[in-house]
Amino acid sequence: MLEAATWLLIFQLAGEIIARLAGLPLPGPVLGMVLLVIALFLRPALAEKLGVLVDGLLANLGLLFIPAGVGVSLHLGLLREEWLPILVALIGSTIAGIVVTALVYDALAPREGSDEEKQR
Amino acid sequence: MTGPDGAALEDLWVYLATEPLLWLTATLVAYQFALFLQRRAAGSPLVNPVLIAVILLVALLAVSDIAYQTYFAGAQFVHFLLGTATVGLALPLWREGARLARRAVPLITALVCGSATAVASALGLAWALGASRETLLSLAPKSVTAPIAMGVSEQIGGLPSLTAVLVILTGAIGAVFATMTLDLIGVRNWRARGFAVGTAAHGIGVARAFQVHPVAGAYAGLAMGLNGLITALALPLLAHFL
Repeated sequence: MLEAATWLLIFQLAGEIIARLAGLPLPGPVLGMVLLVIALFLRPALAEKLGVLVDGLLANLGLLFIPAGVGVSLHLGLLREEWLPILVALIGSTIAGIVVTALVYDALAPREGSDEEKQR
Repeated sequence: MTGPDGAALEDLWVYLATEPLLWLTATLVAYQFALFLQRRAAGSPLVNPVLIAVILLVALLAVSDIAYQTYFAGAQFVHFLLGTATVGLALPLWREGARLARRAVPLITALVCGSATAVASALGLAWALGASRETLLSLAPKSVTAPIAMGVSEQIGGLPSLTAVLVILTGAIGAVFATMTLDLIGVRNWRARGFAVGTAAHGIGVARAFQVHPVAGAYAGLAMGLNGLITALALPLLAHFL
């Protein structure tokens, strides 16, 4: 558990340092994720150590967005003023994005093999 | 020592309201309560735990007249873990390994089409309904993860703090509508479903995808990372034409 946390923080820190030094338009944690994927391919044993903590974190990923989400309270005035265009644009574009991404992928992707889990 | 009187209770409130403990606890309690509600609703995506917890906490802050900054001083410990969890997305990606590599072309093509659709339709709809220029520019990067979206917003002349709010709302909307939308268009495989939600609704979409299926979660996380990357590169160039 502690070892997993240490590894995650090391990769987060490395991502942050490299992104800033190289002036990349990526947040440190996203680069840290890329670095950790590479590290896992080089050293698969790392996966077992990370498993318990990472799976727990990702199962409750939603919790981690709440503090930023409560920041909505800072913009209630503007949201009240322009609620219609904002709401229509957000709902319409999010659904359009989901539909186009899913259909394009589905049209181009290889057929799912027999080893693949089928959805309900 | 006498029992707590009005002044003692007020002292206690002043202490608790400004210390991290109360707001950290409130965040976790609100989330647990929202999860409980979702379970009671048989896991319905309409009862999104992030959305419910945010509404509860915004209401609580309004009623108790506590500033967001005071709240965040406590909740920041949870917020910090967001970066750490993002690094952790490496694990489900690595587990997909070779299966992922075989699908590189469909994935990238779907990402570019879906991402462009989300940006163009958001701008088109908001513009047609008379949104201000500031709102439009803040809206453009709303489908990508908050730290990238805020940076892009600043670069193209939007309001980063407004973008953060629009990003959160987009994520919640994606989490609420994804299952219904994908069922409606008959896309059944977990990779397509996860990847679509991650492209359109970033981290909150990823959180929802992990609730549903681990493979959907892995592809949602991948989409979130890739969409952040191409949006950060492409939008500042395209913004010249806005």
